[in-house]
Amino acid sequence: MTPQLTVMATDTGGVNGVALTVLIVLFLLVTVAGFMASRFKRAESMESLEEWGLGGRTFGTWITWFLLGGDLYTAYTFVAVPAAMFATGAVAGFFAVPYTIVLYPIIFIFMARLWSVSHRHGYVTTADFVRGRYDDRGLSLAVAVTGFVATMPYIALQLVGIQAVLEVAGLGGGDNILAKDAPLFIAFAVLAAYTYSSGLRAPAVIAFVKDILIYLVIIVAIVYLPGKVGGWEAIFGAAQDKMTAANPADGKPNGAFLPGVGQGWAYATLALGSAMALFMYPHSVTASLSSNSRNTIRRNAAILPAYSFVLGLLALLGWVAIAAGTQPIGLDGKPNAQLVIPQLFEDMFPSWFAGVAFAAIAIGALVPAAIMSIAAANTFSRNIYKEWIKPDATSAQEAKVSKLMSLLVKAFALVFVLSLDKQNAINFQLLGGIWILQTFPAVVFSLFTRWFHRYGLLLGWAVGMVYGTVQAWQVANPRAGINHFGGSLDPIPAIGDLGYIAMTAFVLNVVVAAIVSAVLHALKVSNGNDETIAFDYFADADDPRVQKDLAEHGSHDEPYGDPDDIPGNAPAR
Amino acid sequence: MNSGNTPQSRPDQGPPPTDKTKMAIAGVLLLIPIVALLWVPSYAKADPELLGFPFFFWYQFLWVFICSALTWTAYRLTLSARGKTTHKVGEDR
Repeated sequence: MTPQLTVMATDTGGVNGVALTVLIVLFLLVTVAGFMASRFKRAESMESLEEWGLGGRTFGTWITWFLLGGDLYTAYTFVAVPAAMFATGAVAGFFAVPYTIVLYPIIFIFMARLWSVSHRHGYVTTADFVRGRYDDRGLSLAVAVTGFVATMPYIALQLVGIQAVLEVAGLGGGDNILAKDAPLFIAFAVLAAYTYSSGLRAPAVIAFVKDILIYLVIIVAIVYLPGKVGGWEAIFGAAQDKMTAANPADGKPNGAFLPGVGQGWAYATLALGSAMALFMYPHSVTASLSSNSRNTIRRNAAILPAYSFVLGLLALLGWVAIAAGTQPIGLDGKPNAQLVIPQLFEDMFPSWFAGVAFAAIAIGALVPAAIMSIAAANTFSRNIYKEWIKPDATSAQEAKVSKLMSLLVKAFALVFVLSLDKQNAINFQLLGGIWILQTFPAVVFSLFTRWFHRYGLLLGWAVGMVYGTVQAWQVANPRAGINHFGGSLDPIPAIGDLGYIAMTAFVLNVVVAAIVSAVLHALKVSNGNDETIAFDYFADADDPRVQKDLAEHGSHDEPYGDPDDIPGNAPAR
Repeated sequence: MNSGNTPQSRPDQGPPPTDKTKMAIAGVLLLIPIVALLWVPSYAKADPELLGFPFFFWYQFLWVFICSALTWTAYRLTLSARGKTTHKVGEDR
């Protein structure tokens, strides 16, 4: 791959004892922290979704910063972004930086409104909000199912992140199925146990450890490594050589050093589409709604980009690995770009520090996996169980179902990764990103206007889902010998250049929704009852009117309806 | 905004009074980084380099800080545009 540089001596085969010990010690530390977390900002009872699933909506600016940082910048990101830089260059890899920059102005605009209306009506999920806004079970179910289905492969991919670390540390090889997957089983069983007992408080506490480790590791790496491989000039030179060299498979360049002519659309749509999609995922919404005020989210929009900076540095480590001649070879003897970052650390650092880096990635998988399973479980118990199966469920029963569902979701992810080809998880994650963006109009547009008609939004969603799925299925990647789901780019109709399929599907979605809405309004078809009022979208936690409603009604447990017919107060019981 | 049947019966149920100019400025501040970063051809080039980094890379790193500053400014503007978030009980705006 990079014959001009000497290959560092590696011993991928054996178990790296020191690194493994450090990894295990740090893992034990966060396990204890996870179980102790239930005492953090302790509640009288954990038997409601407000407490178990949202941490009582009590998290201030800094806890939210750690929690959202730990949630959004996942282990899979840490593994996959540098891997994409290493394998195919800037378009596929570095778009993560503009993505996580434009993300924050976008959430600044709508997330405070979502926080306020959710606070006023006790919404826990975006589907709750859609249900309240249009009184439409169908549209709400569409949003809930999309969120649930899109989250599942994302949880599975966190396992892929842990696997990459274990594989380089020398575990998980061998032919014995038990020995091979035992570490992953143990890690997930422990994760499941403390998520079950502590709820959202567990990842909130562990996120502190995770983020400090990540910052430490990346800063050390970015200060220390470039000098070892000849400086940044040499790094960018090696990357340019690799990316512009012809690929033996088809004679075209290996990848992109910079986005070339015609690649601007791909880079821009990947960044914008991913940014708009990210806060549609249930786990992002859960972490946002757990904050204690609408302004916490906005302050965080200004300070969360610190993580984007780190992500950019991490992406460049993929190119440091090119200059260092890192050979990411799996235990099966085949090259696997996903292993490039753990392998780089094992090659270049003393064992104990490689262990810290491994722990940072592995713990980095636990935080999002915990939040995702909680969020998916909340979505299930609120919008599927309570809405369709047992409408008279009490809040304690809701919490119970959520807790059990969080176990089930994780077990499913484990089986998914262990029994199927890893490529399946990656394919579904790609599809999940396309799907989740199709809920954007129903959720975000509805925060600002009720001009869109509920059936228009539903039809637009359906069209976007079908179009996105079909297009993604048709993408082939001859180099990797893949006929379907070969990538997330496809020629944009009418423009011709490659673009992110999710964005094309989204535009189609909005056009359909707008046309159908206009027609249905002209036909005077009812757009459902709106249980929210304008003030709901501006309410803050310390607003006396909100305090008064809270005092009168005592609880926000009842999600829907307004039995006392006085708009603007919290739902009565 | 409300094509459904939502009565606006009480005076305190609408949006709080808002300084529209300040909100518009805040909106523009939020739009700037989005436009700048989605306009890829404006920065997809190697020169001028900075400390060995091609322009493409250090320019985007720079935007992390610019965007953060713009978002913070927009946050302060929205706070002042809507006045204090807390006020006395019973006081309608």
